[in-house]
Parts: sequence; structure tokens; C-alpha cells
Amino acid sequence: MGILEVKNVNKRFGGLQALGDVNLSVAENTCHAIIGPNGAGKSTLLNCFVGKLIPDTGSVMFDGQSVLGRTPHEINQMGISRVFQTPEIFGDLSVLENMMIPIFAKRDGAFRMHAIENMHNEKEIVEAAEQMLEEMNMADKRHMHSASMSRGDKRRLEIGMCLSQQPRLLLLDEPTAGMARADTNNTIDLLKQIKDERDITIAIIEHDMHVVFSLADRITVLAQGTPLVEDDPENIKGNPKVREAYLGEAA
Amino acid sequence: MLGLNKKDTTLLIIVAALTLLAPFILNPFPTESGLAQFNAGYPDLMQRFVIFGIFAIGFNILFGLTGYLSFGHAAFLGVGSYSAVWMFKLLSMNVIPAIILAVIISGLFAVLIGYVSLRRSGIYFSILTLAFAQMSFNLAYSVLTPITNGETGLQLTLEDPRVLGQSATADGSIPVTNLFGAEMRSTYEMAVGPWAFQFNMGYYLCAIIMLVSFYLAIRIFRSPFGMMLRAIKSNQTRMSYTGLNPRPYTLAAFVISGMYAGLAGGLMASMDPLAGAERMQWTASGEVVLMTILGGAGTLIGPVLGAGFIKYFENIFSKINDNILHGWFAFMPDGLEDFVVTILHPFIGKGWHLTLGILFMLVVIFLPGGLVEGGQRIARLFRGKKSDDKSDEATQSTPAE
Ligand SMILES: Nc1ncnc2c1ncn2[C@@H]1O[C@H](COP(=O)(O)OP(=O)(O)OP(=O)(O)O)[C@@H](O)[C@H]1O
Ligand SMILES: [Mg+2]
Repeated sequence: MGILEVKNVNKRFGGLQALGDVNLSVAENTCHAIIGPNGAGKSTLLNCFVGKLIPDTGSVMFDGQSVLGRTPHEINQMGISRVFQTPEIFGDLSVLENMMIPIFAKRDGAFRMHAIENMHNEKEIVEAAEQMLEEMNMADKRHMHSASMSRGDKRRLEIGMCLSQQPRLLLLDEPTAGMARADTNNTIDLLKQIKDERDITIAIIEHDMHVVFSLADRITVLAQGTPLVEDDPENIKGNPKVREAYLGEAA
Repeated sequence: MLGLNKKDTTLLIIVAALTLLAPFILNPFPTESGLAQFNAGYPDLMQRFVIFGIFAIGFNILFGLTGYLSFGHAAFLGVGSYSAVWMFKLLSMNVIPAIILAVIISGLFAVLIGYVSLRRSGIYFSILTLAFAQMSFNLAYSVLTPITNGETGLQLTLEDPRVLGQSATADGSIPVTNLFGAEMRSTYEMAVGPWAFQFNMGYYLCAIIMLVSFYLAIRIFRSPFGMMLRAIKSNQTRMSYTGLNPRPYTLAAFVISGMYAGLAGGLMASMDPLAGAERMQWTASGEVVLMTILGGAGTLIGPVLGAGFIKYFENIFSKINDNILHGWFAFMPDGLEDFVVTILHPFIGKGWHLTLGILFMLVVIFLPGGLVEGGQRIARLFRGKKSDDKSDEATQSTPAE
């Protein structure tokens, strides 16, 4: 049994079958990549894991519990954090504040009325946030207005925000999209390090094959909303069906 | 001090000094001088400054931090006033129970209206709050007459029970509002040369309550809760996917700001014990929006400045008439004098709205951060170029000053 079990998931948008009978099992403490051409339904599938979309049929179980019908914040509190295709951060807030919020959420739950408490008394949160920024190599930016950072830095910050919650499952939607080569390599190193150092399961959507083959333990190829094959990276590389559907295009 | 950092403490001390010395500061012109009409240091107006200051401080907790623009906050002001007057009718003329009831009832009202309105965001939220407030206004006028006394408004009478007080004073008149015996209307006048300064009990009560409200607002702004509210304004998607439920946060902010409005309404009734439905009208709701934006939404001191600015205009500019203008421009040749007065005529007296409207537009266009931004720019000019990078950093790391 994997930590994430997806069974017979279907999702239609009007006449478009975005997902057709998706079955997927993500084993605990592995990195599972989902690849496929544009419009294959990868983001749609991820949206079904985090409460953004509810599939028409099928089930999505995380650690033996269904996530369907739960709100995004409830699912996060179960231990799933998500990085979006375009970075979603708190643009009006400082980098340090961005990092503190997920740590507050982890400690205090979905709501707490800490209106008169003083931020100075939240030393443990501030320290945890600063340490995470240190790990992300962003400590020097902590007082910056986060909206004014480069896209690469925003992405790093978003990944850091997710990691600071010590999620059991980290979902990454094209974490290197639109990044310069150097930034991409940094991100790969960062994710490798995370994988090695923590007990964490990662599901990653990615177009960049270099990223995929650097990180993935297991790969699912999605085409037109249906999984084509699921296999180890070496076998995927040599699979003619995959070459035809996807790698051929990319190369 | 008091759990505030140095900068906030300084701000609080400055505001406290200005409010407590207001009878002097607002009366700079000798009583007999021609400029005395610009004096704002009389009890009535000073009370209004601080009461609307409270209203705007509370509104800013909702609008400035979460970005949810309520167009119905006057409803809570009205509810606060009615509650306070009822307390004066039934219990006693002491303002403390009246103010407490005003805050509680408006808080309950805010839970109800907020719970429904916050199911939507953006313009739909604004419209829902507006609809609720107009509904309250119309109900107060008609169906709820037994509670609100309809068009006449709720007033004290000699027949009111006032179980802990007296229905009528010994000389047969309605008793006046007081704080454990100290009458709200009592005013001590101090004459210094040609000046006359007025120290009014009611004003000082309102001023102290305003300072406490201001202090609480600073604490809220600087608390983790305040940070969560700013996070909601910044990115609700990230908020939810970070495991935080935006709904109770916005509702809490809504209720807190509703209670601030109720407090303001209760104080209004404490200064002048009557309450009418027009206090709930949409124009009153719009006024607090203007105050907050004019002063600087999301800043600590902005709403107070905005409230003072608008109330000053409403009470001082509206009193300038053509005769006064003729007096000012008497040094000009007759034709020119008449011409200038004709040009200025639409902007004064009843036309003060026009002046205010133009000023408001100028501020919104050229100073999107309101009067506070204007102040910051001037301060930067004075400090010169040397401290430029330092002040840049300050604005980056403290978006809510
Ligand atoms: N909310 C929606 N309403 C209607 N159609 C949608 C919606 N979301 C996605 N789609 C459609 O579903 C299909 C799958 O989209 P999805 O975003 O999941 O693709 P993807 O694999 O993530 O592609 P990309 O690599 O471009 O991100 C696309 O044809 C898309 O237009
Ligand atoms: Mg996608």
C-alpha cells in the first residue's frame, strides 16, 4: 500500500475528459514523477489530491484516509503540502513572514485567535523560520518584500515554506518551469538533499527530463488523461511507447 | 513599553500627547481674532474627532489588514447607539454599562452579518454588507419602531424607569449622562490672555477610550493574528494550501471592527443621548471608508488622521460663507473681489463636499498611501538623500506602519 492511493479517478470539464481512469500508487519515502505532454491532465490530477477539484468518480486516499470532500486547509493539516506551477507566496509580506506563516499553521492548526500575543514571544517560530531560510540559502533576503524577488527565489521560498511544515507528502508542479539552468540545477540539488535527509514522499510533475531522471525513483507517464505506463526510470527511457507519446516530442 | 517596540511606542506617545493636549492644539487662534472660526477646540467637535477616530481605527482592522471592504459598517454604529440609549432608559445614566452593552450587541450583530457576508469576497462581499446595512436602516425606520422609535429617533423621557438611577432629577428634568457622577457635559474653561481653552469631561473620556482602542489596534497589527490577516489580503490560495482556514480569521476581524464601530456608536450616544436611523445610512458607511483611504488604509495612524481631516472639513469649511470670503478679499478691487468670491463660492459652505471630493481624488491619485504616505514623503525630503536606502528598507520590512 502506498502512502497515496489513487483509484479509478475520472474528471470531465464539459466535453473534455481531462482524467480517464487514473490509477496511481505512490510508495512512501520515494520520489514519484508524473510526466506527460502539455494538457495531459497532470495539474488536474494534482488538484484532485489537494481539495481544489473533486473527481467525478474514483477515490484518493492519503495514508488510509480519503481526501475527497475535504477543504485544502484540512488536507494540508493531514500532511500534504503543495508547490504550484506559478509560485504562490504572500507577495505583500516579507520573506521571513512568508516562512513564519506555515510554521504557525503547523503548530497552531487552521485557526487560532492570537490577536494580543506579541510576535517577540514567538521566538521558536522566528528561529525555525530563520533556520529554514538558512537552509534555503535565503537568509540574507529575509527582510525583503517577497514580491520583489526573482521567480527562482520565489520558487525556492515556496518550496521552503512547504518543507518548513515537515509534510509527509510534498507535491511539486513543475518546480523548475521558467527557471534559468543554474537555478534549475540548484533546485535539483535542493530536492535531492531533501529526499536524502528527510522522511518525505515527493510527487513531482516535470517537463525537464534532466530534472526527472535526476530525482525520480518511479515514473508515471500520463497522456490524454490516462496513465500510459508506470515503471522505473531506466525502463522508461527505453520504452518505445513513451518515446512516441512524449520523449520523441521533447527530443 | 506595554509590549510595543520602540517605534510603535513613540507613535502611541505622540498620539496620546496630541489627543490629551487637543484643547490647546486645536484652538491656536485667540477667541476674538478673525481666524477664530478655524478653531476646532470646542467639546462637540473634539468628541467627534476621537469618536470617528475609533470608528476608523476599527474599520481599518478589517479593510486595511484583510482587504475586505465593508460598505455597511454604519449599521454597527447605529446598533451601538441604540443599545446605549436603551441602557440610559432602563438602567442608569452611567455611561459604562451603556458602552459595554453597545460593544456586545454590535459584536453579536457583526457575527451574524459577517457570517453571511464573508461567504463571498471582493465586490460581492461589499454589496452584501451594504445590503445588510440598508436593511437595518429601513427596519429601524419602520418595523422596529418599538425599539428604535422610527423616524423620531430614540430619546430619553421623564417616564423612563432607570432602575439604578432616577427617572427625573429633583427639578423635574431628564438626568444627564455621567461617569459615576461626573457629568459628560461638564466643561472647564481656561482663559489665557485672549485665548479660551475648553476641557470637557466627555471629550477626555472619549479620548482615553480612543487611546486604549488605538493601543489594542497596534497590538493586533503586530500580533501573529494580524500577520495572518495580511496574509489573507496577500494570497488566500496560499493561505488555504498552507493549512489555514481564512474564514474564521476574516470573521474575527469583521467582528472586532464591528465592535469598534459599536463602541463609537455607544460613545456618540453617551455624549448626546439620542439615536436615529440615519446613523446607519449608507452615507455614514461610506464616510468611514473615505476616512480610512484618505488617511492611509493599512497604516496605524492613517484612519485617525483621515477621520480628523474629514470631520474638520465638515464642521469648519461648511461654516465659511460668502460674507466671510468678502471679508478676506476686501483688500482687492471690488470687481476682482466679487469675481474671486464667485469662483470660490461652490467650494465653501454647503459646497464643502466638493472641496473634500477634490482633495480625496487628489490624494487617491497622487498619494495612494493616503495622508500617511504624504507625511512619509515630506519626512524623506527633510531627511535628505543620506538615509535613503535605510528608509527603503524600513518600508520593505514593515508594510503596516
Ligand atoms: N478548470 C478547468 N476547466 C476547464 N478545463 C480545464 C480546467 N483545468 C484544466 N482544463 C483542461 O484540462 C486539460 C488538462 O489540463 P492540465 O492543466 O491538467 O494539463 P497539464 O498536464 O498540467 O498541462 P501543462 O503541462 O501545460 O501544465 C487541458 O486541456 C485543460 O485545458
Ligand atoms: Mg500543469
